[in-house]
Amino acid sequence: MEIGAQSVINVTLSEDVTELSEVVVVGYGTQIKQDLTGNVAQVSGEDIENIPVPSFEQAIQGRTAGVQITSQNGKVGGGINIRVRGASSISASNEPLYVVDGIPITTDNQSLTSAATNPLSDINFNDIASIEILKDASSAAIYGSRGSNGVVLITTKQGKAGKTQFNFNAQFGFSKPTRKRDFINAAEYIELFTESALNNDLASGLDPLNNPEDYEKSDLGYIESVFDYLSGHLDWREELANNPNWEGTDWQEEAFQDASVQSYDLSARGGSDNTRFFFSGSVTDQEGILIGNSFQRISGRLNLDHDISEKLTVGVNVGISRSLNNRVTDDNAFSTPLQLIAQAPITPVRDEEGNLYDNTVNPAMFYYPATMEKENSDFTTTVFRNLVNTSATYDVVDGLSITGEYGFDLLTQLEQRYQNSVTEAGLSVGGYGQDRWVRIFNYTSRLYANYSKVFDVHSIDFTLGTEFQKSTRHQTLTAGQGYPLDELKTLSSAAEVADWSGTLNEYSFLSYFGRLNYKLQDKYLLGVSGRMDASSRFGENNRYGFFPAASVGWIISNEGFLGSSDVLSFLKLRASYGLTGNAGIGNYDHFGTYIAAGYNGQSALIPSQIPNPDLEWEKTAQVDVGVDFGLFGDRLSGEIDYYEKNTSDLLLGVPVLGTSGFSTQTQNIGELKNSGVEVVLNYDLIKGSAFSWSTSLNYAANQNKVTKLYGDTEKIGPNSSRYMNAVIVGEAIGVHYGVEYAGVNPDNGDAVFYLNREPSEEELNDGSAFTVAHLGDRYVTNFFNLAESKVLGNPNPDFIYGWTNNFKFKGFDLSILIQGQEGNKVFLGGGTFMTANARYEDNQTSDQLDRWQQPGDITDVPQARLYGNNGAQTSSRYLSDASYIRLKTLTFGYNFPRSILGNSFISSARVYFSGQNLITITDYDGWDPEVNTDYLASNIFLGNDFYSAPQAKTFTFGVKLGF
Amino acid sequence: MKNVKIYSILFLSLLILGSCADELDLSPPQDIDNVFALSTDANVKTVLSGAYDALSDTDLFGGNTQRNSELLGADDELQFSGTFGDPSDIWRKEITVINGDVADLWLDGYRTINITNNILAALDVVNEEDRSTVEAEARFIRGMMYLELVLFFGPSYSDGDPATNLGVPLVTKPNDVNPVDRATVSAVYDFVIEDLSFAAANLPADNGVYANSVAASALLSRAYLQQGDYASARDAADAALTEADGEYGLAGSFSEAFNNQSNGIEDVFSIQVTTQDGSNNMQLFFASTFNGGRGDVEILPKHLNLYEVGDERGSFFYTDESTGDTRTAKWTDQFANVTFIRLAELYLTRAEANFREGTAVGATPASDLNMIRNRAGLGDITTPTLADILNERKLELAFEGHRIHDIKRLQGSSDGFSFSAPELVFPIPDRERNINPGLQQNDGYGN
Repeated sequence: MEIGAQSVINVTLSEDVTELSEVVVVGYGTQIKQDLTGNVAQVSGEDIENIPVPSFEQAIQGRTAGVQITSQNGKVGGGINIRVRGASSISASNEPLYVVDGIPITTDNQSLTSAATNPLSDINFNDIASIEILKDASSAAIYGSRGSNGVVLITTKQGKAGKTQFNFNAQFGFSKPTRKRDFINAAEYIELFTESALNNDLASGLDPLNNPEDYEKSDLGYIESVFDYLSGHLDWREELANNPNWEGTDWQEEAFQDASVQSYDLSARGGSDNTRFFFSGSVTDQEGILIGNSFQRISGRLNLDHDISEKLTVGVNVGISRSLNNRVTDDNAFSTPLQLIAQAPITPVRDEEGNLYDNTVNPAMFYYPATMEKENSDFTTTVFRNLVNTSATYDVVDGLSITGEYGFDLLTQLEQRYQNSVTEAGLSVGGYGQDRWVRIFNYTSRLYANYSKVFDVHSIDFTLGTEFQKSTRHQTLTAGQGYPLDELKTLSSAAEVADWSGTLNEYSFLSYFGRLNYKLQDKYLLGVSGRMDASSRFGENNRYGFFPAASVGWIISNEGFLGSSDVLSFLKLRASYGLTGNAGIGNYDHFGTYIAAGYNGQSALIPSQIPNPDLEWEKTAQVDVGVDFGLFGDRLSGEIDYYEKNTSDLLLGVPVLGTSGFSTQTQNIGELKNSGVEVVLNYDLIKGSAFSWSTSLNYAANQNKVTKLYGDTEKIGPNSSRYMNAVIVGEAIGVHYGVEYAGVNPDNGDAVFYLNREPSEEELNDGSAFTVAHLGDRYVTNFFNLAESKVLGNPNPDFIYGWTNNFKFKGFDLSILIQGQEGNKVFLGGGTFMTANARYEDNQTSDQLDRWQQPGDITDVPQARLYGNNGAQTSSRYLSDASYIRLKTLTFGYNFPRSILGNSFISSARVYFSGQNLITITDYDGWDPEVNTDYLASNIFLGNDFYSAPQAKTFTFGVKLGF
Repeated sequence: MKNVKIYSILFLSLLILGSCADELDLSPPQDIDNVFALSTDANVKTVLSGAYDALSDTDLFGGNTQRNSELLGADDELQFSGTFGDPSDIWRKEITVINGDVADLWLDGYRTINITNNILAALDVVNEEDRSTVEAEARFIRGMMYLELVLFFGPSYSDGDPATNLGVPLVTKPNDVNPVDRATVSAVYDFVIEDLSFAAANLPADNGVYANSVAASALLSRAYLQQGDYASARDAADAALTEADGEYGLAGSFSEAFNNQSNGIEDVFSIQVTTQDGSNNMQLFFASTFNGGRGDVEILPKHLNLYEVGDERGSFFYTDESTGDTRTAKWTDQFANVTFIRLAELYLTRAEANFREGTAVGATPASDLNMIRNRAGLGDITTPTLADILNERKLELAFEGHRIHDIKRLQGSSDGFSFSAPELVFPIPDRERNINPGLQQNDGYGN
């Protein structure tokens, strides 16, 4: 720092303010943290190194305020949803924009099935130097029409002049499910289903137990024949006679596997004064907890920069990777591993010859089992990924530089699926195979100038630039059937083509952006930024959009009147306001179109979309006020923010009358609002040379509220008869809206539902609605259709939080991250089968043993009635509080002191244990409360569980060497 | 010098980026513009092909409407034991206003109707010599669709006063997003009969696998039967059989009438399914898993006991190897066409209508009846009663989608629900009434 000319030196600046003097990456530049007038969350690469998860988002879960991260289920390589300050869209994307070393990358799901894959898992996050999340409008507006959902900037590690430093890391471990559920065993199954059948008989005037002539036509006779069938080669009567508490098959155990985890990393960093490099190579191999599920990634990276002259620097960053994901079928497929729990515990896994039982080839089941699918099918996704960025920076004059960059993200994916002639899909067609190729070339070129200068008490930083991005996606699919042998799995062996397609999808953005930061006397901060975006996605009447933002800051602690405070070491007030957009809409939404179809082998055209030339991006106006503070020489520091995000022109697939021939038209019409508070506190509790303890807490409460739909519409949905998510004005997006379960009528075992309205005279008289004393003074009905729906719960949490504690004692270090969320509700869609008082032959959760059996029984499990629907409708019966608190990450390590390493070539050595999801505390009824079933997950379908795998609890041990 | 450098860099890059502005006009590669789609003779005909494709959707005649008719008319003769909640609710007559299959019938039905309305509005560009055929095919599809909609969403024609009972909205303008009120049941029938009459008059008897005059007359006879207008039903069926002469005939044996991958001699109108395109949902639900179906519909003894000894149709069932249930053999091939109108139906319709009218137009009731009986391996009934004819119709056409409509017009009952029970009429889907609350709901589904 040049201070010679200054007569007054501000003393607070000379303090060791490590946190505040950190450099923060912002869009097209960097800033000093203390000069920030916007809200940017930062995670350093060091914090997430070697966390045993496939994808970096899982590693940063709980580490930043206001960033909610949800894995859809516990399948490795599966979809993950991120919400920065809540969901700002109903039908466009709610995922943030991801920018790696300046290149906006492809993050859209590319899966063949309804269940998403995760293109972010191609990134080896041990290469990451830092992750910045731009949350408020002033930091995100420079990304214009793509800033509304926040922007995640990923910066990879760069070379450093000096002796080459090598790092090697090896890690091994295993994973288990976080939680399991209790199911009834074989003996209980027979008891419950016998009762369920007999209840039907007694209700229809049959008494097969006392009148043998009734047996033939009784449901009891029927269910016993079902038992005969389901028990395969076993004689269930004999098994039961031998062991009244016959356990049978524990199908849950069959769905899970002992999963191993291993990874190896080697990196090198160094260079000369003119040329610097970072190089890395890594292999990671993680098995999932579900049978047949695994993820493997091999990656390499070379980041190189070279000073051609004092004025001209060039650089290239190249990341390449190959990811191989062995996938299992979607949560709603019979063949998905966890649907094995629907099988009866009286059914053995295999017959006496060792052949698997199923529903067709060797039948002893009603549902096709994952055991068959696993042994007779392959489903792999291989992704080759290149992330390349080249840059040249020219220092024109002191303070003025011009940077030109060109970069691309090339994603090539092959999904291969083969289901042989005994699988469900391949059975009737002699084997079924699919190859689906996707190639996405997504390139960006940009040019920007940066001018930075200090004049006396004024300092300015000015950026101006232009950027063009285009993404081209090709996809081809070929499916074949009729394979001569199960061993011949490639498509050329197929007798005929069963399905094919080839598609092209493109979009482009042309943008101009600028930013001015001004600082006066190190106290007063002003930022102005803006971006003009044009995109192929917008209708012809609205092709260009402008997104401005402004922000101010006041570093009060630099004012004379506070300068001498012992307690308050830093205090800054800041406020920002700006406009961002969401262009995460369909590529061709504004066209009126006919789509190609076919009938009888003849080509056909079908209307597919009503035109809308006015279609444009969604707009979010966000205001943020915050305070940053440091106390006791910044030992305690923190940030508190309040924000309001008002989103308008929401794109809605506005339902139109079906009589028009269409079901929806895309229009810019809705409005919603997110508002909330974020708190970050960092405290160096103990700062000793032998022992230190620092703690960091983040908390965010976001309230999401839909404020306007189209016309007089107050509610969209629920658009499913199995799930309850709706969009309702005045409520959060995706609230569970449905019929409220009231329990069981103790007189007759009927499931009853709250009427939630006043009954009509007629209903009261004919008894279709009636009061039940112990249910209080509310009307209930046993006719589901008569009950009024209401809002039953919010799938979005009231607040989320993370709490990190770092301890150091001599060579030992311990890091603990606790993370959680509170107040969200999850609907257990699978409950309508597995928690349904023995409705179908599905095995039941243990709580169903508590069913109503005779008049006077007080329980909330209705009477079992085979094939009847006594309370298994979609209602609040299956809604569960999914609040949880989790020991997310625990790392315990020992660093060998130099004295032990001596003069060997090893410069550092560390052994460690790292665990993920070690303890989960929750009242959730299902497996794991962090869930959103993969086949359905969307902006609106939130908080649903359908045979979804629980998260993995992972234990690993590692060694890390530096030399 | 320095400035020159800067400006030249800036200029070059603006040039590069400027050329990118053209790249902002990216049109959809998989779709075409709506105006273009209806601009030429060839294009309109391709859209007509699209109307057939829409008609063949599994939510419609690809199988679900026929299945729903059988589920509503189950009457303890079949059981739905599948896990899908929506068809299960239909089988149990516990249909809710959010039933997905009901909404799909509505949405896909009107989607099909809209395509025909688009074609009918673009007839000007069709070559003059083909214009009446294109119009007739479009109106055949529209009439067929409206008939199906009124059968499910309106009270039976035989129930109360069809001139005041509400049917479905009659939409005739293309892409009309404005609310249209429900027309009366009789207004919908009038419209259906007008469309189908035009089709019958303007279509050839042989039109490949597409709409033909026999099929149009057959659908007319179905509409007249529903109206209890037996003379007209008889004449339409007779007209169909007359036109069919030389083009269609009864299959040599009963079993040959089914599971045909291309139209058999008896198939007057079928939804085309190939391994490449189209799906057969009757097969999906009625066939065993071994045959590639879901094995959801079980045929119960009450039905199996209806057949006389020696009736080939009585043994046209099989045991599902995996569940032990009995299933109909009419739907065992997933790549077979979905038969919608078989010639056999027309003989039975003519027989019934002639009998009721005391006439012998085309043939005597006994002769028509016995032709069907003999094909099934049964002997003649010399002096058949109406019950004989109706019984024959039921057995011959079982599990082909006729059941509930016959129950309703004959004022019977199913599973304890009388033909006029509100439970046997589909509700107007909730999603439609959310947009247009003025659309009146059917009895029994709240207000």
